[in-house]
Amino acid sequence: MTNQQIAEDIVAKFGENTHSFEEPWGLLTFTTNRQNIISLLEYLKKHETFRFNFLTDLTGIHLPDNKGAEFGVIYHLHSLENNVRIRIKVFLSQDDLHIPTATTLWPTANWMERETYDFFGILFDGHPKLIRILNIEEMDYFPMRKEYPLEDATREDKIDALFGR
Amino acid sequence: MEDLLIPKNTSDALALNRPIVEDTEFTTLNLGPTHPATHGIFQNILKMDGEKIVSGEQTIGYIHRAFEKIAERRPFYQITTLTDRMNYCSSPINNMGWHMTVEKLLGVTVPKRAQYIRVIMMELARIADHIICNSILGVDTGAYSGFLYVFQEREKIYEIYEEVCGARLTTNMGRIGGMERDLSPTAIAKIKDLIYNSLPKVLTEFEKLFNRNRIFVDRIVNVGPITGERALEYGFTGPNLRAAGVDYDVRVMEPYSSYEDFEFDIPVGHNGDTYDRFMVRNQEMWESMKIIRQALENLPEGPYYANENHYYLPPKQDVYKNMEALIYHFKIVMGEIDAPAGEVYHAVEGGNGELGFYLVSDGGRAPYRLHFRRPSFIYYQAYPEMCKGVSISDAIVIMSSLNVIAGELDA
Repeated sequence: MTNQQIAEDIVAKFGENTHSFEEPWGLLTFTTNRQNIISLLEYLKKHETFRFNFLTDLTGIHLPDNKGAEFGVIYHLHSLENNVRIRIKVFLSQDDLHIPTATTLWPTANWMERETYDFFGILFDGHPKLIRILNIEEMDYFPMRKEYPLEDATREDKIDALFGR
Repeated sequence: MEDLLIPKNTSDALALNRPIVEDTEFTTLNLGPTHPATHGIFQNILKMDGEKIVSGEQTIGYIHRAFEKIAERRPFYQITTLTDRMNYCSSPINNMGWHMTVEKLLGVTVPKRAQYIRVIMMELARIADHIICNSILGVDTGAYSGFLYVFQEREKIYEIYEEVCGARLTTNMGRIGGMERDLSPTAIAKIKDLIYNSLPKVLTEFEKLFNRNRIFVDRIVNVGPITGERALEYGFTGPNLRAAGVDYDVRVMEPYSSYEDFEFDIPVGHNGDTYDRFMVRNQEMWESMKIIRQALENLPEGPYYANENHYYLPPKQDVYKNMEALIYHFKIVMGEIDAPAGEVYHAVEGGNGELGFYLVSDGGRAPYRLHFRRPSFIYYQAYPEMCKGVSISDAIVIMSSLNVIAGELDA
């Protein structure tokens, strides 16, 4: 079972809804959209030969320069039987950060999605309890977004030209 | 006897000639955030029906330190100190995992000797981690003496850390591209003493105290069982998953740092209960010792760091005498070295399971995005399900055997 076979199978099933196939460090990576993500995950989980039955990781990313697709949700799946990993990405526009939940497929997605919501503000529709998990409830912003710099921008002793930050 | 029964429904109440209890009253119990039995700062709000737990809800994040955010502004080598503070019971594994992630991104091949030293340190860390989990499980069930015996050995492991890297708990061990220094003769002597003499004896004694101890076994057999399927759905990894009968181990599935060179078994449990988790961890310590023995006996000669001037600090003597070394020293320390763009996922077998690093680099000096897959965070979700219907004392034991580390939970 090679990455090529998996990619061909996915393209045959989902067609143009999956694109941008690549293989950074041998890990099959591709992008899909939020309409198809859950059916794609379910298809891969229940596939007879692939059996991507383990959700390793679910996280988010903020790409402010990527207009129209500023936020990404990244799924890492692992087929324990075949020992193959894949990475699936879904990009969302910052005006509409809704994506269906994966908790219906894996209960473990529960906290991973809560964490992603907590830090990026991505809304997982259908999640049983989408509240903050690591930050305080009263927080009114999403700290992992790139608009919140770590250091005080008004500081003058640390100049980017010198320190290359 | 009859008058002690609480009528469950109307017909029972009539039959027993007792008043009808409309609905059971539940007690809410706060376990934590600073309860000694939680071994860390996290809260469990338990709904109790008498002595039994009906449902539970966890609140975590009390020691959240925003590592992922901090990492976005730090040069790669400075992030090692953040990984120390995740699973602080086995920091060298986190350190090495992070170094290997960066090396994967940079395309650095680490010499065999450094890989073997890393394996030795990682397995020592695993032993230290399992010692803590298993002996504290004993303490939580009221058996204090075993804890004292094995903690002496943990102290010896910490002395080895001191010898290798100078620190004990937050080790910051190794560097991107190898180790910061070679194993000293003292360190090798200490490791040999531990692996060949003291630890096997003490561990045998520890197992004699616990494995067939009637009181201990009665307390933990069939407490908090989880099936393999359910454990997989909950994202369990590491000893907790293997106790449930699934033989998934990152060291074997995706060998890193020359793990393919070593012969070792993966202990697997059967029921996924607390006893199985205890036994799997115990057995893993023996397997770790096996790996360390092999690594020590076959420790290859050669350099202990990769010849990568851009990432590995030059020797201090050269920095004073050699212009090029001085430039590289300055550039590395100031974080002027850019990494190639790309995205990497690298996983190592941590003390608690698959510790993953998802690193996105945009070609700058610091990661664009860094996400830690923290095993404790993921499998702790299953805790309310595992302690449904058990008594509070069993709930403590289940939590103890899961080995939830607050630092790893909150990142």
